[in-house]
Amino acid sequence: MSATALRRIIFTFVGIFLAAPLVVVAGVSVNEKQALTFPPQGFSFNWYQQIFTDDSWRAALINSVTLAAASAALAVLMALPLSWFLWRRIAPWANVFRLLGVAPFILPPVITALGFLTFWATIGAYGQPWTAAISHAIFFITLPLVTLSLGFASIDRSLVEAAATMGANDRTILRTVVLPLILPYLISGFAFAFVLSLNEYIIAYMTVGFTMETLPIKIFNALRYGYTPTMASVSIFFVVLAAIIFSLIARFGDLPKLLGALSGGDK
Amino acid sequence: MRREPPRSLADYAPIAFPAIMLLVFFVIPFSTMIAVSFFRRDPAGFYSRDFIFDNYERFLSAFFGGVLSFSIMLAIVVAIICVILAFPFTWLLSQASRRVQIVWLVAILSVLSLSEVIIGFAWTTLFSRTAGLTNILVWLGLMSEPHALMPNFGAVLTGMVYQALPYTILVLYPAIVRLDPTLMEAARTLGSSPLRSFFNVIVPAMRSTITATLIMVFVFALGSYLLPQMLGRPQHWTLSVLITDQAIYQSNMPFAAAMAVFLVLMSLAFVGLTLLVGARKGAEA
Repeated sequence: MSATALRRIIFTFVGIFLAAPLVVVAGVSVNEKQALTFPPQGFSFNWYQQIFTDDSWRAALINSVTLAAASAALAVLMALPLSWFLWRRIAPWANVFRLLGVAPFILPPVITALGFLTFWATIGAYGQPWTAAISHAIFFITLPLVTLSLGFASIDRSLVEAAATMGANDRTILRTVVLPLILPYLISGFAFAFVLSLNEYIIAYMTVGFTMETLPIKIFNALRYGYTPTMASVSIFFVVLAAIIFSLIARFGDLPKLLGALSGGDK
Repeated sequence: MRREPPRSLADYAPIAFPAIMLLVFFVIPFSTMIAVSFFRRDPAGFYSRDFIFDNYERFLSAFFGGVLSFSIMLAIVVAIICVILAFPFTWLLSQASRRVQIVWLVAILSVLSLSEVIIGFAWTTLFSRTAGLTNILVWLGLMSEPHALMPNFGAVLTGMVYQALPYTILVLYPAIVRLDPTLMEAARTLGSSPLRSFFNVIVPAMRSTITATLIMVFVFALGSYLLPQMLGRPQHWTLSVLITDQAIYQSNMPFAAAMAVFLVLMSLAFVGLTLLVGARKGAEA
């Protein structure tokens, strides 16, 4: 058997495995009636409209998007000065904070979630929406931290040197040289954190599960009372959204390089 | 600009905000959880302050031993299947054109970022009687009537492999891309078939990467908190599911915290093992 044939077989197998559950969910999401049947009977986009017209689904969508935007922004705000400091200064002790930023991502998520639950319960803030935003920001700080570290590492230091020789101070260099160069890495870090926060369940559930419904929480709660096709349409909506965001990162950035850094961890 | 050590207070200013945030909202919650694991359960509230070992003593039961050994067994099986599937795939992917690689990476990232709720929901649909896989088999005439393929161990395993496979591919990808292409060329020039060269040259060259990946996927699979619950029966619950259940539904935060501390120690031990493997790899290179 030739190598190309083998490649085709393995690619097809992995492709089918990854796509199969999503194809079925996409199928049931266009059912005309409120029934869980595949192949779909009839065809309608009603269940996609439901996400935006039904009050409880729309509220969950708005909660999720707000939470994801706020926590991704906060994560970037923390990661930017930290990675800048690590790049600009010789301070080996500061790597402790890089490690702290990566740790929650490596450990099983239940642990971080329970840590937040006990903490917010102890200080009496349990259930407040902002606690979820801070929790997600801490949990997902890894992503902007890794992309920004890569961004700083890729800056040619002679550029900065040139600016300094011409009399620019730290602030001017940061604004006119450094920030424009790392902007793509900053945006990808934000985007990664945004998409993952949108999909995150256990931390959101343990912090605000009883006071606020995000979309994953809403899907899970709805599942316990049986099936509605809206959960299928929301799932497909999320997959498509993630695919669009990652395609944009690939279009405007170097995805293979970013992923090389993401899985390489602290290297 | 040369890197310099910070001198004045102003030099330290940028790190203040992230450092305080990480200390207050990660280190303190983590310590709180450890403290709570020694507290007493309070049915009326979250817990009452105390210093007892009861929560840890509960580990010595046969029930907990069963859950622990099942969790470890399940995570090991998931890790092995994922690496067996992902390794040849990722190697072939690294040989493909850049365009093909990017399309696959976008698809893999999209699946990886999926909520565990959505993965669980998708597989319960695929395994259901009314909308599932068996309907296609009936339609093809291979089966007389559709039936449900869950809840059972196979369903849990499939769901967890689905969740961990994209992660495995992305962990392997950078190491495989960096692999020296002349290795394969040399094997081929010496007359070895592609398949033989893959197994005799590529796989042994990546031995320590494979070991490290197995451990990382194992820890990742230990973290799965919903799939065993959605696709399996109560005897398929893992430590992560049990922690969630105790914390939320049984409102026994101290016991949940004790189990979480245990899970941290176990995960850290395995992460440490990965670093050791990595260090040995560094020494070899």
